Amino acid sequence: MPNKASETTAETVEQTPVHVDHLIANGELAAENAWCVSYDAEALPEQRPAFVPLALWQANQNDEALSPLLTSDTELTPELAQQIGKAPAIAVDFPAFTDGRGYTLARLLRERYGYAGEVRAVGDVLVDQLDYMRRCGFSAMALRDDQDPEDALRALSFISVRYQPDVEERQALFERRLTTSESE
Amino acid sequence: MYRYDIHDQTLVDERVAQFRDQMERYRAGRLGEEEFRPLRLQNGLYIQRHAPMLRIAIPYGMLAGNQLRALAEITRRYDRGYGHFTTRQNLQLNWPALEDVPDILADLAKVQMHAIQTSGNCIRNTTSDQFAGIANDEVEDPRPWCELIRQWSTLHPEFAYLPRKFKIAVSGAAQDRAAIQVHDIGLRLWRDADGELRIKVLAGGGLGRTPMIADVVREDLPWQHLLTYLEACVRVYNQFGRRDNKFKARIKILVKALGIEEFRRRVDEEWAHLKDGPQTLNQAAVDAAKGHFPEPERRPVAENANEAFDQLRAENRSFARFVTNNVSDHKVPGYKAVTLSLKRREHAPGDVTADQMEAVADLADRYSFGEVRVTHEQNLVLSDVPVDELEALWQELEALGMANPTVGTLNDIICCPGGDYCSLANAVSIPIAQALQERFEDLDFLYDLGPLDLNISGCMNACGHHHVGHIGILGVDKKGEEFYQISIGGNSTDDASLGKILGPSFFRSDVPDVVEKVLEVYVAQRHEDERFLDTYRRIGLKPFKERVYA
Repeated sequence: MPNKASETTAETVEQTPVHVDHLIANGELAAENAWCVSYDAEALPEQRPAFVPLALWQANQNDEALSPLLTSDTELTPELAQQIGKAPAIAVDFPAFTDGRGYTLARLLRERYGYAGEVRAVGDVLVDQLDYMRRCGFSAMALRDDQDPEDALRALSFISVRYQPDVEERQALFERRLTTSESE
Repeated sequence: MYRYDIHDQTLVDERVAQFRDQMERYRAGRLGEEEFRPLRLQNGLYIQRHAPMLRIAIPYGMLAGNQLRALAEITRRYDRGYGHFTTRQNLQLNWPALEDVPDILADLAKVQMHAIQTSGNCIRNTTSDQFAGIANDEVEDPRPWCELIRQWSTLHPEFAYLPRKFKIAVSGAAQDRAAIQVHDIGLRLWRDADGELRIKVLAGGGLGRTPMIADVVREDLPWQHLLTYLEACVRVYNQFGRRDNKFKARIKILVKALGIEEFRRRVDEEWAHLKDGPQTLNQAAVDAAKGHFPEPERRPVAENANEAFDQLRAENRSFARFVTNNVSDHKVPGYKAVTLSLKRREHAPGDVTADQMEAVADLADRYSFGEVRVTHEQNLVLSDVPVDELEALWQELEALGMANPTVGTLNDIICCPGGDYCSLANAVSIPIAQALQERFEDLDFLYDLGPLDLNISGCMNACGHHHVGHIGILGVDKKGEEFYQISIGGNSTDDASLGKILGPSFFRSDVPDVVEKVLEVYVAQRHEDERFLDTYRRIGLKPFKERVYA
């Protein structure tokens, strides 16, 4: 996890510095991003901790520094959800920013299966998607390389009104309106 | 009509600031063309043939007089002094400058309007019956339900990147005037034997290059579950709709590929988790929505007003024609709904100038409680006119050029902007509409033909709904030349059907002759008082084909 990473790096100064993506976690620019994302379906990466494709993670569940990387077409069955629920973090890949399946996957992880660890958006993750991602349950978003982190933080603050309930706000606006008018 | 509270107003204001930031980043080169596309589309902005096009949302077609005046002012300040009403009850500006769009959106927000989700692969403006709340045959006013759907679908965090666009239509009357069978989701409000409101949910209808009539997903959804059920439907579509081919990405393809039983099974499986969740509606929430659509304070209309109206109708032929075609019955005795025709030869179908918008806003204030409705046939409606003021209104409309007594006739053509404006179009459509209106302008002939929908699209995206026109005309491109394919037998109301293509396509100049031949066959073959559609259904395509290709 990014906030733990500083301890480990302090001991491993000699290593080649890892490329640090801009990571937005819990509404802030994370100081460091320790996780590596590997799309290689065959071989494990050397670096730890790492997100690796689901099947590879399933085959190496004893390695606690690995977490599953879900493709956007993953069918999240209760069995699969239970299995990956043990992992400290789950990454959901956006192969293209126009592929909206990842939003549903995050909501299912949070709302249906009660997953409480980090859910991270990786891949084609753009500044203007972050607000929706956060509302769907992503707690961390690894920005595509060319994205400006300051634009990203600003983009998170534009819209304050939510008609729908989401992972953060559990009541629909129509409900909240009723309670406000009653208390007035 | 619906009025914004602090939440709605804050949302549109924030959305303007957000889009202004996005536009600045785009113009500064920090946001790429590809990345900007879904953002601008979901704010109504297209990049078009001559200039950008901005599509402004008119939720379920309801407009207040002050909004129409603001639209007039916007078309003057930022465009060329006119706008185009579309088949989705929206308004399009054809000539705005790209850099002005944030300012236009800010001006819209001042009158509780926006362009959110009028384009792009998201849930679009919900459409409905132009006679909602006043129709004789209404079971339930669809507008509060449309508003609940509008709010649920606006900036929905999960559904901004669907495989393709997603359109919902709602009808609450015995007769479907919202074309619910040709929408991604169609909803019909009805009452069961105990008087409980239920919702029939249709899915997988649509036009475009693969036109389909919708299947029934659920006959009798209890109203409390409307939003959770919609969420289940859209979630299944978001997860399983095709993303590899944009022409196969609409929900209709998914419903057909899975079969309606399997689609329903998946929706129900999803819904089992969402049912009774936080979006479940309760009476108080529905009552709050209904509170925005109160009955207007209609004055009593004197008994003898109806007699005077009938007498004028008997004496004055022009007035009688107008009443027969452009005036509809109202649930309240002494009141009528008046359709203002936006179909005149000198303008493209659906086009209105800024001066006309202001004039209509004034008429709405004086005759119909300050409200105007936009129809999916691209006309306007004043919904609450007392019969003793009809004559005066009619005369004012005559002076405005909006009393064309041809609503529902062959002359009341539905037409997309076509190749004159749209970069998707294969062929022009407006000149075809004008040529047909010129050819068939004799009112007696039009009335003799009876109700006849003629719909024109400039390409197979079918914005002009050609598949469901009794006569449909589609512009096609063959090696760089414009041709027109003609189909007959389409219909968008209760007994919905898709038109059948007559045969090989025609030159543009031949279209009026071909339509004339089709009409000749109908006139010769019809039984007494038989509609064009019924004659076609009885005799089939063959006699039409033989005459046209003789």
